[in-house]
Amino acid sequence: MNEIILKLKSIYDKYKIIIILAGSILLLLVPVIFPKSYIMGIICRILLYIILAGGLNVINGYSSQFCIGYAGFFCIGAYTEAILALRLKINFWLLLPIAGIVTAIAGLLICLPTLKLKGKYLALVTLGFSEIVRLIALNWSSLTGGPMGLKGIPVPKIFGIEFKNSLSYYYIFLFLVAIFLFVTRRVINSRIGRAWMSIREDEQAARSLGVDTSMYKALNFMYGAFWAGIAGAAYAPYTRYIDSTFFTLDEGFNILSMAIIGGMGTLIGPVAGSIVVNLLTELLRPISEYRLVAYAILIIAMMWLRPQGLFGASKSILAGKEIVKKARKAEKEAAA
Amino acid sequence: MKVLLEAKNVSKHFGGLKAVDNVDMVIYEGDIFGIIGPNGAGKTTFFNLCSGVFPVTGGEIYFNGENITNLRPDIIAKKGMARTFQNIKLFNYMSVLENIKIGFHIHSRTRMWDAILHTSVYKRDEKLAEEKGMEIIERVGLKDYKDILAGNLPYGMQRMVEIARALALDPKLLLLDEPAAGMNPNETMALMEFIKKLNHEGYTIAVIEHDMKFVMNTCNRIMVLNFGKKICEGDPEYVRSNKEVNEAYFGKGIVVQGGTM
Ligand SMILES: Nc1ncnc2c1ncn2[C@@H]1O[C@H](COP(=O)(O)OP(=O)(O)OP(=O)(O)O)[C@@H](O)[C@H]1O
Ligand SMILES: [Mg+2]
Repeated sequence: MNEIILKLKSIYDKYKIIIILAGSILLLLVPVIFPKSYIMGIICRILLYIILAGGLNVINGYSSQFCIGYAGFFCIGAYTEAILALRLKINFWLLLPIAGIVTAIAGLLICLPTLKLKGKYLALVTLGFSEIVRLIALNWSSLTGGPMGLKGIPVPKIFGIEFKNSLSYYYIFLFLVAIFLFVTRRVINSRIGRAWMSIREDEQAARSLGVDTSMYKALNFMYGAFWAGIAGAAYAPYTRYIDSTFFTLDEGFNILSMAIIGGMGTLIGPVAGSIVVNLLTELLRPISEYRLVAYAILIIAMMWLRPQGLFGASKSILAGKEIVKKARKAEKEAAA
Repeated sequence: MKVLLEAKNVSKHFGGLKAVDNVDMVIYEGDIFGIIGPNGAGKTTFFNLCSGVFPVTGGEIYFNGENITNLRPDIIAKKGMARTFQNIKLFNYMSVLENIKIGFHIHSRTRMWDAILHTSVYKRDEKLAEEKGMEIIERVGLKDYKDILAGNLPYGMQRMVEIARALALDPKLLLLDEPAAGMNPNETMALMEFIKKLNHEGYTIAVIEHDMKFVMNTCNRIMVLNFGKKICEGDPEYVRSNKEVNEAYFGKGIVVQGGTM
């Protein structure tokens, strides 16, 4: 696996511009190549879950805080968009960042009291939070429509184009995925991303180097929640109908399984995870009830064969044990 | 001489255990200050109190004239105190260079927007971390290893990476907790020279070490702890000839002149 990755990487480095150009054109032409809305529906799901698994990966993979109830944030984003669009008729493009910010604030509120707690407590808190959000969505009927959900969520428009099916909506998802990957990559490769990773690796050491770990953990959690909010806000007008059953704990586990299977702590991991798990979901549709069992088996198998996931950060190709061995050997020979 | 770090009557109790017991200590600017003592004497705990890892049970700590008792570790680091750990605490799954880049955290200002838009602040910070980081890596002789994951390096090199990372803070005071542990004799020699060189450049250093030769040869002042209490303080000659110190290390009735523990 590592050799394959290395090889792919060297090919990519060599023909970088051509590959990016060809890839972009190909991506733009996808709806022309697959004009069936069934296939485009799957591709849209893949894109949506790249943002969700990717946002979760920023939390779980980069700062190693453990969030399980990520569906709760997804839910807040979706309802924020739907309610504001239906009641106040606010424009979709404005609602995207609004839903992101509202969700990020929710993220801040639940992580603040847990900053001093160790990972597993935060995990439990997010689990409870996710259920509470779902129950509020289910029971606050006057605002959320209760069990009836919210119907007729207006579709996004721009320059007179309506995004009302998966063929056109694909471009919205593609646009958001591109922005997500671009922005996250830049944040990760900065002082902020390094601070997050230092917390993942050793919180005490990070603190001894002047990293305000509480602040950066909160920022990390807000960043992850922000993208769940964006994903939710993009999702609501896509289905044009939402109710609380979309945002169960199972949904949270679904997103988590993508992050784990793809590999945490890299940008490409969640992309691979979303593709693999969503394609598997389609293949396993005939046995839909046992789908989660299949994921569980897959995750267990992965733990055996490749604990870091398909493209996880730890034990990666950068490890370079061999180089050290070689250097040591040369040193010994020089000494002899 | 200017006082850099001063402990006044500092204590730390873990339940009934007095890990550090009423210790007074002064480190002057320009010192290489050694802290020695048998296992469990409270040396590491004392460092942890100075760097803010634990709150003190009693007493006060002044750094550069400022009371830093019970401040958070990251705030103390920002004031100019850097440290290494007895049980090496590197960022194992990050490369050597990335480890050191985090040492520049307090010297950089990049905010979220700077990172996303690649503003001049971001560019300045990255340039600083990259260039100064490489400078430090070359100084500690790890240039060929800069892209290797820190966790995969041999012990001795990991210790050097940890020191390099602390140096990135450009600290007024550097606390080293058993930096020679796990090093081979050659590496230990090199480390001694390196510490002396840093000291010549103006760094004040406090070092905990079991290796007597190391301490006697590098430090200008030494404090000896035993069961949490300070039993002796002075220059190497004085400490070497102190009866209580020899008793603490080797038991009563045996007198050993110097030598390695
Ligand atoms: N977090 C803690 N909780 C409880 N007891 C502790 C803690 N840290 C240290 N101790 C105890 O305090 C005493 C002093 O420990 P410390 O690590 O400071 O010794 P030391 O002088 O550094 O020893 P060594 O040479 O073995 O590193 C020991 O008895 C140790 O068990
Ligand atoms: Mg110790």
